[in-house]
Amino acid sequence: MSVVFYIIAALSVAGALAAVLLKNTVHCALALTVAFAGLALMFLELDAQFAGFAQILVYIGAVAILVVFAILLTRGSETPKDGVYSHSPWVGLVLAAGVFAVLGWAVLHSASFLPHETTQPTVTVMDIGNALMNRYVLPLEIVALLLTAALIGAVIVAMHDKATQDGPTSDKEGAR
Amino acid sequence: MQDTISFAPQLGTSSIAQMLWLIPAVPILASGVIALLKQPRRRTASTLAIGSLAFSLLLSLIAFGHVLSGWMSGHAVRETVNFTWFQFGSTNVDLGWVLDPLSAVMLVMVTFVGLLIFIYSTGYMAHDENYMRFFNFLSLFAGAMLGVVIANSLLLLFMCWELVGLTSYLLIGFWYQKPSAAAAAKKAFLTTRVGDVFFLLGIVWLFAQTGTLLFYFNGAGSMESHALTGLLVQRSGFGMSAATVIALLIFAGAAGKSGQFPLHVWLPDAMEGPTPVSALIHAATMVAAGVYLIARVYPLMQAGMPAGGTTTALTVVTWVGAFTALFAALIAVAQNDIKRILAYSTVSQLGYMMAGLGMGGVAVGMFHLITHAFFKALLFMGAGSVIHGCHEEQDIRRMGGLRKHMKVTFATYAIGMLALCGFPLLFSGFWSKDGILEASQHFSASRGPFYMLVFGAFLTAFYMMRQVSYVFFGEYRGHAHPHESPRSMTTPLAILAFFAIALGAIGTPAWPWFRSFQTNTEAVFGFKGFNEPGLGLLMLTSSLVVLLGLGVGWLLYGNKSPAAEEPDVLERAVPWAWDALRDRLYVDEFYGMTVIAFYGWWARVADWLDRRVWGGAVALVAWVFGLFANLNRFLDASVVDGTFDKGCEEISTGGGLLSRMQSGRAQTYLRMLALAVVVLAAILIWGSKIWSSRP
Amino acid sequence: MNPTFNPLTGYLLVAALLFAIGLAGALTRRNAILVLIGIELMLNAANLNLIAFWRYGPHPEALTGMMFAIFSIAVAAAEAAVGLGLVIQIHRHAHTTDLDAMNRMKG
Repeated sequence: MSVVFYIIAALSVAGALAAVLLKNTVHCALALTVAFAGLALMFLELDAQFAGFAQILVYIGAVAILVVFAILLTRGSETPKDGVYSHSPWVGLVLAAGVFAVLGWAVLHSASFLPHETTQPTVTVMDIGNALMNRYVLPLEIVALLLTAALIGAVIVAMHDKATQDGPTSDKEGAR
Repeated sequence: MQDTISFAPQLGTSSIAQMLWLIPAVPILASGVIALLKQPRRRTASTLAIGSLAFSLLLSLIAFGHVLSGWMSGHAVRETVNFTWFQFGSTNVDLGWVLDPLSAVMLVMVTFVGLLIFIYSTGYMAHDENYMRFFNFLSLFAGAMLGVVIANSLLLLFMCWELVGLTSYLLIGFWYQKPSAAAAAKKAFLTTRVGDVFFLLGIVWLFAQTGTLLFYFNGAGSMESHALTGLLVQRSGFGMSAATVIALLIFAGAAGKSGQFPLHVWLPDAMEGPTPVSALIHAATMVAAGVYLIARVYPLMQAGMPAGGTTTALTVVTWVGAFTALFAALIAVAQNDIKRILAYSTVSQLGYMMAGLGMGGVAVGMFHLITHAFFKALLFMGAGSVIHGCHEEQDIRRMGGLRKHMKVTFATYAIGMLALCGFPLLFSGFWSKDGILEASQHFSASRGPFYMLVFGAFLTAFYMMRQVSYVFFGEYRGHAHPHESPRSMTTPLAILAFFAIALGAIGTPAWPWFRSFQTNTEAVFGFKGFNEPGLGLLMLTSSLVVLLGLGVGWLLYGNKSPAAEEPDVLERAVPWAWDALRDRLYVDEFYGMTVIAFYGWWARVADWLDRRVWGGAVALVAWVFGLFANLNRFLDASVVDGTFDKGCEEISTGGGLLSRMQSGRAQTYLRMLALAVVVLAAILIWGSKIWSSRP
Repeated sequence: MNPTFNPLTGYLLVAALLFAIGLAGALTRRNAILVLIGIELMLNAANLNLIAFWRYGPHPEALTGMMFAIFSIAVAAAEAAVGLGLVIQIHRHAHTTDLDAMNRMKG
């Protein structure tokens, strides 16, 4: 394995760890962004350029920002009273460790059976466009519909209720 | 001396014979109408009853006239009208009626005496509140009795026979509020029932053997020669011919109805009924029905009779009759109730009639029946007049000297009494009784009946004299003011008294009209009838016996008036005999100890069986079912329900436990999901071929 | 360790590690948004898996893996949007994003 791979892997893992462990929620969101960036680099390393750029565009450019917005709107930047971890966090850790153990075990023990193509694929955007329009046109349309529905849904869900809503007033700032 | 009657075969039926059925039908119809009348129509009721019986009398006289004209012109009249009531299979059930000399005289007697008694009842029962019910039953009885008389069919005869028994029960128990009257009615019915059972057996056997229910049916009837010869040939199990056994069975029925020993016990108790009832039913008509029955089936009774001899059936009839005559006369001597003396007298005279039938034939027995009807009805009605006049007093020891207070009653009663005793020459009773005594003299089987009957005549005179002395002579010992009875009661007495004398004229040897009429021979008036050997001696003997009885009676009782509490003359003389006679020779007590006690015991056994054994079985079954039911209930409640309830409880407890797993926290659910995925993945991975094919 | 070390294996391990980290975050953090972050990490790890298999598997010219990953990115974006909108709305009503406090479904 090449050195580049290790560096990128370390970056991603570090970013993920930071995202999960940090106390300040905003810091978590920023660390998440780093993790996304690491992953995008890994896509590039894997000769999936389009996927890498899509990852940057969508995840870092939209999702991460969205997360930050959400944190800010929900006053996540304030440190909670009871600590950042929920009741009995060890159970969660054990479970995650178990999952990793199972997956790792499966990967390592099936290493000899895994395919290994060394030829580098040449994928042009035109190929992707063709594929999208010919073979994957149905999923494309469905995803379009999905996105539309998600858009509308998110708007409705997060919208202010004029009748029952207090509104973001300044006298509630110190309530928590 | 037996008579044989031969009749020419019937050619056609006269109109009166066709209408003969009206004679019983009209009184029964009147009875029905009276039953439906509303309460306070007493006049209407009695008028209906009397009118209907008068109509029947008229028709009977026409019928009698028809038969008489037939006899006078030398043709014997026996006309029958028969019809089939219904058929089942190949058997015909026939009904029909017959008009012949026997039925003609009986019809006239029954309707005439009945009519007089009906008129008498309007006076006697004037103060009774159940006046209408009385006439209803009287009418019904009259119709039924007339039905018995004209019946040509065994079935019709038996039906009317039973109806007569029923009305007798109803009339004896007329004052049903008195327990003694109700008991007497029950006793009468049950005792005659015993006889009727044998009668029914005889009827069924006769029907089965001869194949017909009709007596006379153009040669095919059961009383006609063809059937009789068949019956004679038939042997029954007792070594006697079928004819004899059937005759004896039928006689058993007649014995019940006519109060022969040992079925006589109901007759004296039947005096609980009103006096007109006693007069009509228990003197003149119903008790005579038994005698009439024997006369009707006489061809059967005398079937196979050797010349100059007699049959087994007739011998039995004679002996029973003679014994009853003597037996009842003895008991009558010691009785103190005016009606009871007359009742035992009736039993005794019925014995005479039966003996007369047995020894002398139909004419002899029937003549005594006819005369007895008149004078016994007279005596009963006179007794009723006496009772009425003494304000319902019936004990003769509390009467006396009534000839001064009740002259008409005394005169008619005396005539009746002398007729009963058989006072020579003037009175009908003498001639009829003499006919019987004459026949008994010539009885081939034995002379025993003759002596018994003669002694009975002596006793008859004796006890009647005793009664008359107690009642009419001496001083009045009662507490009421005796008075004469109203005209409605004394007029019938007078009429009957006349006939008590006059009827003698048709039975004397000088002009034996009655016998000739019955036997379809010519009746010649002439004194050569007296020239029969032994007849003069017989007449003398019987006259002496009667006078002796009357004399002894007068000697002991005449014109003396012993106080009511004093014992009787004879009681002082022979107390043991007197007590036995007064207690009716203990026949009732004997029955009570044997038959009735047995039935009481049997009823108790049956009751015990019913309650304990059958009832116990039923209760046992019920208890077992109850057990099953309880077991079922227990199973259902505790096992089935319990199981179900327990199960449901467990489920709800389990549900409660399970619901506690829902913490409501999303992360807990996530953790569960993750765990499940891990487990699944592990299973999939480790279970897959990749693992198993690893070197 | 296996002597023939496959580059694909490395990528897969990294993906597994990322997935586990994301899962740990989703299961242990109190804040709802951090749970969503964990979920995004998990989705990304799955994407990495897909691309890695596309690269090293047969027929990469069929573009199957790539397309799958792209659609996955699109769907994940939509899901993040809706999920965050829900969290914001919940915060408006309950004035908290603490998951432990949201237990109205408790049985």
